Amino acid sequence: MLSDPAFRNSLVTFLAFAVFIVPTTFVISLGAALLVARTRVMQSFFRSVFFLPTACSYVVAALVWKMSIFSGIRSGLANAVLGWFGADSIPWLSLADPPWYWLVIVTARLWLQVGFYMILFLAGIQRISPTLYEAAAIDGAEGWKVFRHITLPQLRATSTAVLLLLLINAFQAFDEFYNILSTFGTYPPYARPPLVYLYYTALGSGQDFGHGSAGAVILTLIIAIVAVVQGRILRLGDRGD
Amino acid sequence: MAIVRSKRQSRITGWARYGALVAAALLFLVPFYLLVRSAFMREQDLGSPDFHWLPPEWETSNLTGLFDNPAIPMARSLLNSGLIAVTQTVGVLIVSGLAGYGLARIPYRWSNAVFYTITATLLIPAAVTFVPSFVLVSTLGWISTLRGLIIPGLFQALATFLFRQFFLGFPKEIEEAAFIDGLGYWGTFWKIVVPNSFGFVAAIGTITFIGSWNAFLWPLVIGRDQESWTVQIALSTFLTAQSVQVSQLFMAALVAIVPLLLMFLFLQSWIVEGVERTGIGGD
Repeated sequence: MLSDPAFRNSLVTFLAFAVFIVPTTFVISLGAALLVARTRVMQSFFRSVFFLPTACSYVVAALVWKMSIFSGIRSGLANAVLGWFGADSIPWLSLADPPWYWLVIVTARLWLQVGFYMILFLAGIQRISPTLYEAAAIDGAEGWKVFRHITLPQLRATSTAVLLLLLINAFQAFDEFYNILSTFGTYPPYARPPLVYLYYTALGSGQDFGHGSAGAVILTLIIAIVAVVQGRILRLGDRGD
Repeated sequence: MAIVRSKRQSRITGWARYGALVAAALLFLVPFYLLVRSAFMREQDLGSPDFHWLPPEWETSNLTGLFDNPAIPMARSLLNSGLIAVTQTVGVLIVSGLAGYGLARIPYRWSNAVFYTITATLLIPAAVTFVPSFVLVSTLGWISTLRGLIIPGLFQALATFLFRQFFLGFPKEIEEAAFIDGLGYWGTFWKIVVPNSFGFVAAIGTITFIGSWNAFLWPLVIGRDQESWTVQIALSTFLTAQSVQVSQLFMAALVAIVPLLLMFLFLQSWIVEGVERTGIGGD
């Protein structure tokens, strides 16, 4: 199993995906939460707008991303925008190199997930005691300093939970890869994260359940190790507080 | 002087913050806009090289064509999705609610062992178990059946965990009063505890419903025959095979998300609560 290059490639694909998606989702959802939390005007409207994509499935998002925004033809939104600036159209999905498909996949997941994590950060922000901010204001701290020394440390538990969830969810990515990259019933040989690999190994033409199950066990071990390590870090952090 | 400057500065940052919010909100609405626009476009306008902000001609026949087209099992897949989502939501609430209550309240030698076993399965991502689950379900002969789609999702460790944590915090005095009045665990649960936990039950219920309606991998693996497709599988099949009109596909997607968008409009506070609770676990 571990000597299977396709399996190892799937782990590399996951790592590349996680490197893109985890930090961007974290930063954008935290940023959205901070912006929404400090807005008095139409706060619930903005919260709803960011949260609304959570209602959509990956299939629906994949449809809009693949057939409309990044459709590759001139009237696709991304290429239309490029056209307004005089740039050439880009075939977003039909080329393996340069790997523009990463942009398509990452932005689709970003759109679907940011609202969910924004809600978690908002809940965390609302739990921070206002007296901390009052004390900081008396000490003359403002802006970045308040964020750096009060908001961020107070959000440590939320941040750890969000990071863990982001990592586990990235590891389980399947829906958007399958729906965006599969065309005319066939999936390209590249960009197969672990679950896509498992799906085609165990349920594809080979129906190799033994290989599939062995892969599943290895994946479970990896996830469990990550979760335990993260839990350790969180608990150590709590003791230090 | 310093105060004046900081006031002006805070007004500028206030406007900047507001501008960033409006820009981000518009960006987040673009996919919805494209979905609605494309659903009402004619096929030839979608394929044309020019970008249209609005359909040059509003094509409402996409909607009627969707349900008339024998190649697209739209009505059937919507019905399947609805049946699955409703039974799974009700089932999860009953099973996990009862299990959580039992684990929280009934003194039993093995209750901690059972609880820790359930919690331990949370570490295993559900999607990773899909191969063994598939083998099990296919051995039972449940491929392409509603049973195979619904039953494996009826027990959810996370919901059970959350219910237990919630019931641990339920005021015990109320339950003790019910016990004195002669209600057992069963009666207390249904007559006292459930009616007083409506918000929590609704939060878990809405989140379960959304997850079930949008589920993809399991229905893809189990729903082999067209009669057992959920709406997500129907959409995905035509999207990846590119075998139907794109405008009709957009209309189908619009129809598929309308139930959830309506839910969002009316039940948003519960959904938010559900997200907060499921996201942070037993916080």
